[in-house]
Amino acid sequence: MSQPSVLGYRRPDGRVGVRNHLLVVPTVICASVVAERVAAAVPPRGAALPHLAGCGQLGPDMYLTHETLAAYCGHPNVGAVLVIALGCEQVVAQYLADSARRAGKPAEIIAIQSEGGTVRATARGIEVATRLAAALDRDERASIDLASLILCVKCGGSDYTSGLAANPALGRVADRLVDAGGTAVLGEIAEIMGAEHLLAARATSPDTGARLIQIISRVEGEARALGLDIRGTQPSPGNIRGGLTTIEEKSLGATHKGGEHTPLSDVVPYSGRITRRGLTVMDTPGLDVESVTGMVGGGAQVVVFTTGLGTPTGNPIAPVIKITGNARTAVSMADNLDLDVSGILDDRETLDAAADRLFTEVIDVCSGKLTAAERLGHKEFAIHRRNPTI
Amino acid sequence: MKPAIVISSRDNVATALDALDAGRVLDLDAAKLTVVEPIPRGHKIALRAIRAGQEVIKYGSAIGTATADIAPGAHVHTHNVASDRGRGDRGEGAHGIAPRLAEPPEEGT
Repeated sequence: MSQPSVLGYRRPDGRVGVRNHLLVVPTVICASVVAERVAAAVPPRGAALPHLAGCGQLGPDMYLTHETLAAYCGHPNVGAVLVIALGCEQVVAQYLADSARRAGKPAEIIAIQSEGGTVRATARGIEVATRLAAALDRDERASIDLASLILCVKCGGSDYTSGLAANPALGRVADRLVDAGGTAVLGEIAEIMGAEHLLAARATSPDTGARLIQIISRVEGEARALGLDIRGTQPSPGNIRGGLTTIEEKSLGATHKGGEHTPLSDVVPYSGRITRRGLTVMDTPGLDVESVTGMVGGGAQVVVFTTGLGTPTGNPIAPVIKITGNARTAVSMADNLDLDVSGILDDRETLDAAADRLFTEVIDVCSGKLTAAERLGHKEFAIHRRNPTI
Repeated sequence: MKPAIVISSRDNVATALDALDAGRVLDLDAAKLTVVEPIPRGHKIALRAIRAGQEVIKYGSAIGTATADIAPGAHVHTHNVASDRGRGDRGEGAHGIAPRLAEPPEEGT
């Protein structure tokens, strides 16, 4: 079958974007309000990245914050970057700007303390943002290769339909993309627990399989070290009402979405750059927004998010496509959803036909079609943290 | 629409695609059985007798261990199945955290 054409943005560093945002990134929580006001003044390109971190963090958390923000600055869905600094924080504004410049895109920095307060920094920020956004308006989409796409596969608000309909449909899309030379990324380590044998058997090297097992054992060990039972959160109360009994059951249903035959080619840390074609597993928590934030940081340009109960999650720079296999949710949460694949369960549609529709939706969204989350302004962003704020 | 779906031939449970009343007879490819208690939509029903301590199998893999004897046609959920994973509450060394790895990962592809 001939591959459909995707229209995206070719970046100077060779990566490919499916959106062309002006990223307005605060270095620290204290700069988040200014960043949001500046981004809001330059629609539709302005995308703020408000977050709760950037100071008072120790070693590994500071590293995660820095690397995640830098990854967004270098992300191919971003055409230009404006860093809003405070002036006394831990995150280094120059590090973020350099990440964008290394990827060949313009980046500027404004510091609230040196501008002389919120009003002046906001005004100056809008002035700079307007100039950067105007330059982005001149960029045109061009035909790109499917092999340059990294698809984030995600599920949330799962119920019994997720593992039976939406995740298998998404898995077929992942298979097809990887067959075309592209990449899929799967996170949520706790939700691989109980299904890791299926992924490890597809590892392209013993080391990759061993790293997957190692991080799953770490997550399981963390619950053990706390003396806690992971069942308090996995499956969630909503999952259990929906008929999911154990984390193993949830995982087996969830892992389908990474494809049926995709080779497990890499295991990367949170927000770590995804570089190998095939299936990558990223070390993320199960919390939806933290998980999507990390996988987009790793380079995923587009997200397909399956849901049984319905959920609104979006992302500031990557389109998030929502699909459900639950016919009731398709009606009750219609404004949050892009695709209804519930026909798989009542024989109105085959799994292959649903997967074909989803594949077409992914292509269309990558070429510019807006998702429900984008239309509704869902731009959730949360950087994973492992330790207390000091 | 099928009343319930069995995913793998190894499974000892089916998933109800609609609410099932007690007494209803299900003629599934995998088994013919009578529903012995109400099964909510999306919940699982035992295809055959599962004894306490035996694995409950769905998607062809273990999803946990039965904590009580389960009759064919009975509701299978948190009241009679326990997860074997992430169980810090069972104390250090009470269970192996080594995942069930059937085969070592292969090279290639």
